[in-house]
Amino acid sequence: MTGTPTTNEPAPDPAPASANAAGPRERLSRRRLFGMAGAGAAVAGVSAAVGVAVSRSESVTTVTDAAAEVVPFHGEHQAGIVTPAQDRMHFVAFDVTTRRRDDLVALLKAWTAAAERMTTGLEAKENGAVGGSPQAPPADTGEALDLPASALTLTIGLGASLFDDRFGLADARPPKLIDIPAFPGDDLDPRRGGGDICVQACANDPQVAVHAIRNLARIGFGKVAVRWSQLGFGRTSSTTRAQTTPRNLFGFKDGTRNLKAEDVEALREHVWVQPGDGPDWLVGGTYLVARRIRMHIEIWDRTSLVEQEVIVGRAKGTGAPLGQVDEFDEVDLRVGGAGGEPLIGENAHIRLASPEALGGVRLLRRGYNFTDGSDGLGHLDAGLFFVAFNRDTAKQFVPMQQALSSKDVMMEYIEHTGSGLYAVPPGVRPGGHWADTLIR
Amino acid sequence: MTRIPTGLAAVGAAAALLALAGCGGSDDTAQTGGGGPIAITASDDSCGVARNTADAGTITFEVTNKGQRVTEFYLYAEGDRIMGEVENVAPGLTRRLIVEVPEAGRYQTACKPGMQGKGIRGDFTVSGQATKQVDSDAKLAEAAKSYQRYVNSQADALLTRTTEFVDAVKAGEVEDAKALFPVARTYWERIEPVAESFGDLDPRIDGREADLEAGQEFTGYHRLEKDLWVSGLQADSPATADRLLTDVNEIVTRAKAVELTPLQLANGAKELLDEVATGKITGEEDAFSHTDLWDFRANVDGSRAAIAALRPTIEERKADLLTTLDAAFAAVDAVLEKHRRGDGFALYTDLTEADVKEMAAVVDALGEPISSVAEVVVSP
Repeated sequence: MTGTPTTNEPAPDPAPASANAAGPRERLSRRRLFGMAGAGAAVAGVSAAVGVAVSRSESVTTVTDAAAEVVPFHGEHQAGIVTPAQDRMHFVAFDVTTRRRDDLVALLKAWTAAAERMTTGLEAKENGAVGGSPQAPPADTGEALDLPASALTLTIGLGASLFDDRFGLADARPPKLIDIPAFPGDDLDPRRGGGDICVQACANDPQVAVHAIRNLARIGFGKVAVRWSQLGFGRTSSTTRAQTTPRNLFGFKDGTRNLKAEDVEALREHVWVQPGDGPDWLVGGTYLVARRIRMHIEIWDRTSLVEQEVIVGRAKGTGAPLGQVDEFDEVDLRVGGAGGEPLIGENAHIRLASPEALGGVRLLRRGYNFTDGSDGLGHLDAGLFFVAFNRDTAKQFVPMQQALSSKDVMMEYIEHTGSGLYAVPPGVRPGGHWADTLIR
Repeated sequence: MTRIPTGLAAVGAAAALLALAGCGGSDDTAQTGGGGPIAITASDDSCGVARNTADAGTITFEVTNKGQRVTEFYLYAEGDRIMGEVENVAPGLTRRLIVEVPEAGRYQTACKPGMQGKGIRGDFTVSGQATKQVDSDAKLAEAAKSYQRYVNSQADALLTRTTEFVDAVKAGEVEDAKALFPVARTYWERIEPVAESFGDLDPRIDGREADLEAGQEFTGYHRLEKDLWVSGLQADSPATADRLLTDVNEIVTRAKAVELTPLQLANGAKELLDEVATGKITGEEDAFSHTDLWDFRANVDGSRAAIAALRPTIEERKADLLTTLDAAFAAVDAVLEKHRRGDGFALYTDLTEADVKEMAAVVDALGEPISSVAEVVVSP
């Protein structure tokens, strides 16, 4: 964390006068932040020595940048869903190891308190990293000291396995918290799926996201244990119209037609659980579908450009649907080329995944690119950690994935290796705690 | 098998279309010879064409439906050959059609209110000449014929060996059937991309249990493989065997009739290597018998046969690629032959992690250069 700006980084410019064409998130390089972090750490060390606590936010008050942005933790819905997709993610699923309901409630309260702090750029606990007793292990792990909030969001979800007889929640299980069926071509690793509770941490700095998950896991020792986790290094969806559409590891713009935060009406219809959907505790919540999708990128890279474009149904450069000119031109599935063959093929990815082909079904996608080292055979273990939010998984994600898994030629190049479905409780009110509409 | 039964046929055809339409990776699809999109104003009884001449190349039409009925718009070449079309244009909507017209000539526009009949026609004249890929290369024509002969010979052997395998299954001769299983599959795997292009038959013949859709019956080679190695012959094993033979018979007939382009040969050679990399090296193909290395060998054989057919063309256009390919094939052979046991191969389960890694490395080393053959074939 003592890196200094290098020549290929933008020159330090603490106050960009106007909006940068590259987008606000790129105005301040991470390396530069790290440089400042180094300085901040020194300050923190000094202040600790004289017994004065310095919070993370205080040490970076000069940063008037998107990286320092604080996303409100409280609200009608949890943050991290329609929040503009941050650049990085750390996702974790826990097994609850305690069998005492009181322990679980206490944990949810402790987690909420820590999440409220961390999402504003503070340590997990007051005086956590260095301000406590010198003889005690610090209450905050410290690696995010001096880093700004970085738009950190923490989003909790509850897996079907939580609703058994351990905590008296069996009757509260949402009927729509289904077991996702097996799809053709699935190669699911049980060590990469399921779990009683999931937490999605998203931030514009990977260290901030990892710090948050690490501290939640630490607070949970004895009550929960990490079952699996996944890092994502680059967002693959935009969730607001202000964001540019990023690219997945196939090199294509991904999520052009995604539901956006601005589509309030559509979000109500496709994402947020409404009164009457059942159960009442979940109203204002949603369901999170997680799929770890391994991409055989080496094979994909040997595929001709024209074939890649036919498989996806878009031009790789512009992102325009085939037969159109610009990325956001309407997808026209009824245009034919020579011989009347549809330009967007019958098995093209964007046709199969389109609302038109699925009876109007839409999802809010919020996935991330990942690489997890190598596969031991000389290839990168890389892919897309698909995260989507929907209101009724059996009617939204499942039919879409059924269509894709049986017809999408892209399936030749991918494999689903992990899966999870979680009920995401509504947002937390000030004074409340995560999932308090269910358990308190 | 591939999970999605389209491979060579659907994508290949669509890709060819797209390449022809000039959309492949280009950002210039909006440009229209002779300046700007041509407005088509369709009503229930008229078809206004703002301009009925254009230069050869990419022509963009903007079709607006001012009528009450859903309409369609077509550009026809002589003999009502469709150059491009946009369907289902609802009243009040404007839709775009980008057509690649490489040759000068007389064409016709047509609006079809109610999406019926011959439509309201108008003459449309294209002048000039766009550059067009001419495929008159005699070597390439011979390549396609040569590979066709290979497909025919393998298809015949596939039928013979599958008949023997099916007979053994029906006679309850489990050990004979087990011995014949990887042999019959060898001929299938050698011409797999061709066989797979028949999307309806491939899942029935070569479907893997893990790839079945809900409600889909588990049939074909791998169903019998499971019976022979795991569950024992079942009451319906003979019927499954009969059906396999019927399907193989059908696919052999079709494979012999298919006409392959040089581009399809090149892509087929690559796809066979992809199959090895994703299915055989991981031991997923023959999950019960573990005879994956037979299939591996056969895929490589088939890939080499396609490259052999294209050899004169590659030699002429990019000789160093041929040198690379020869060396890479030889490296795969050397590794594979280490695991030869008599007429066959070691079982996948007998391989060490280091063995598998070594195989993956040589397959990758071949897959990368083989993926550049298609470009050599299409761009003289």
